[in-house]
Amino acid sequence: MEAVQSFLKSRWFYALVFLGCVLPAVSLGWDTWQGDLGVNPVETLLHRSGRDAIGLLFASLSVTPLKRLTGWNRLQRVRRTIGVWSFVYAFSHFLIYVVFNELGDVQAILEDVLKRKFIFAGMLALSILIALTTTSTNGMIRRLGRRWQKLHRLVYVAAISATVHFVWGQKADISEPLIWAAGLTVLLGLRVVYATRKRAAARLSPAPSR
Amino acid sequence: MLIKRTRSSDVPFSEVTPERVYVSRRTFMAALTAGTVGAAAQLGAEEAGAARAAQAPLAGRRNPKYVAVDKANTFEQITGYNNFYEFGTDKDDPARYAAQLKVTPWTVQVDGLVKKPGNYGVADLVNFNALEERIYRHRCVEAWSMVIPWIGVPLSDVLAKVQPEPGARFVEFTTLKRPAEMPGQRSAVLQWPYVEGLRMDEAMHPLALMVVGLYGKVLPNQNGAPLRVHLPWKYGFKSGKSIVRIRFTDKQPQTSWALSAPDEYGFYANVNPSVPHPRWSQAREKRLPAFFASTPTQMFNGYADEVASLYSGMDLKKNF
Repeated sequence: MEAVQSFLKSRWFYALVFLGCVLPAVSLGWDTWQGDLGVNPVETLLHRSGRDAIGLLFASLSVTPLKRLTGWNRLQRVRRTIGVWSFVYAFSHFLIYVVFNELGDVQAILEDVLKRKFIFAGMLALSILIALTTTSTNGMIRRLGRRWQKLHRLVYVAAISATVHFVWGQKADISEPLIWAAGLTVLLGLRVVYATRKRAAARLSPAPSR
Repeated sequence: MLIKRTRSSDVPFSEVTPERVYVSRRTFMAALTAGTVGAAAQLGAEEAGAARAAQAPLAGRRNPKYVAVDKANTFEQITGYNNFYEFGTDKDDPARYAAQLKVTPWTVQVDGLVKKPGNYGVADLVNFNALEERIYRHRCVEAWSMVIPWIGVPLSDVLAKVQPEPGARFVEFTTLKRPAEMPGQRSAVLQWPYVEGLRMDEAMHPLALMVVGLYGKVLPNQNGAPLRVHLPWKYGFKSGKSIVRIRFTDKQPQTSWALSAPDEYGFYANVNPSVPHPRWSQAREKRLPAFFASTPTQMFNGYADEVASLYSGMDLKKNF
């Protein structure tokens, strides 16, 4: 236990997490360079970057439950890094769509967002991630104070709409996004459990001090 | 180099020549009489890219009327990126799993409103002495496209052999259902067996092709061996693969994708840049393996001169 705690404190832990966040990008870049993306390269890029974005978003949502289950409070220090990297993949996913599929045509993109619910869901998730990333610096955390936490609760909305985007984007086979949806249900369900417990504790604790 | 463009579907074939493999008529006949059409297809379908040498040759006389305007895709692209949900929903699943499929012996049940119903072998329906090669554009409903040198005979020749009755207004094509060899059929992503269909006048149109080969080779399993149709003016899903039943009827067939998502896939499914799919525009397409979706989609996939008259007076937005 001691060893784990000191590892989590060390810069090795941080480096490991950072590596885990960067690795999918490196592998994507390498495969692109090697021409190893298959017959429909953009489809491969879109699927992989989207999956990476959701995976890291869910990883960042796993930090709190893991911390509570294990008592390893130091896990907390990598949450922001993971969240920001999720944004990086989500934004790359968006850019690939804009550049290759829509050829930068703003009108076509707006039409997509307004007329196509699966694009709308993805865009909602991305917009939230943009807001959360730009307010993730130490300075912003200080400046926003209590409002920061309220704002960052939007991450739940982002995770839900990203998952919905994944489900709605499928042609027929929704088995994979449904597995992700099940994972999200667990992650969000744990929050509900924590919140209920906290409220119950709050109801019991204010003992009359007379 | 002689390029005579007489119609919108023409394509200079010079570009595909390097990919050609021509064999003598004797080799081709030997392969057929030995009944190895399907067996060879099976051998060759192991992995995308590696299959080409193993695929038995099959020559068709190039039909100069149908030689595409654009560069043909490679054999590896055509056989390595397929929507054939019977083998799985990933594009490389068909190349990965189709080798399990046994295509010999193969029987096609012909029934319904037809004068000569019965069970037919592939060679009973397709005249292998009359094979022709046609280079067709293939447009998937997912907004990607390829250019494919098919080998086959006009579908109308096949249908004429079995003599549809005058009351037959539609023809329905059923794909093989054999979950033991088609792992994708073990999950219910679509209604199995896969069913597609055409109006009789569409099926009898000279562009409609009954396909048994591509690129000078016997049709690989992942492309719908041993027998499939190809309808170049319609989205790819209309072209049924690995056909085991041809039924003539007076009612519009219930087709698999239309049953699965009626607001997304219609019975006609004619390529139409001005009718968007609910989840994406159909105005442009990605000519694989391109990165950019910069190819404008043409009405009826560029075959409007030939097929537009089939639909005169019809509201194509309603009958999508």
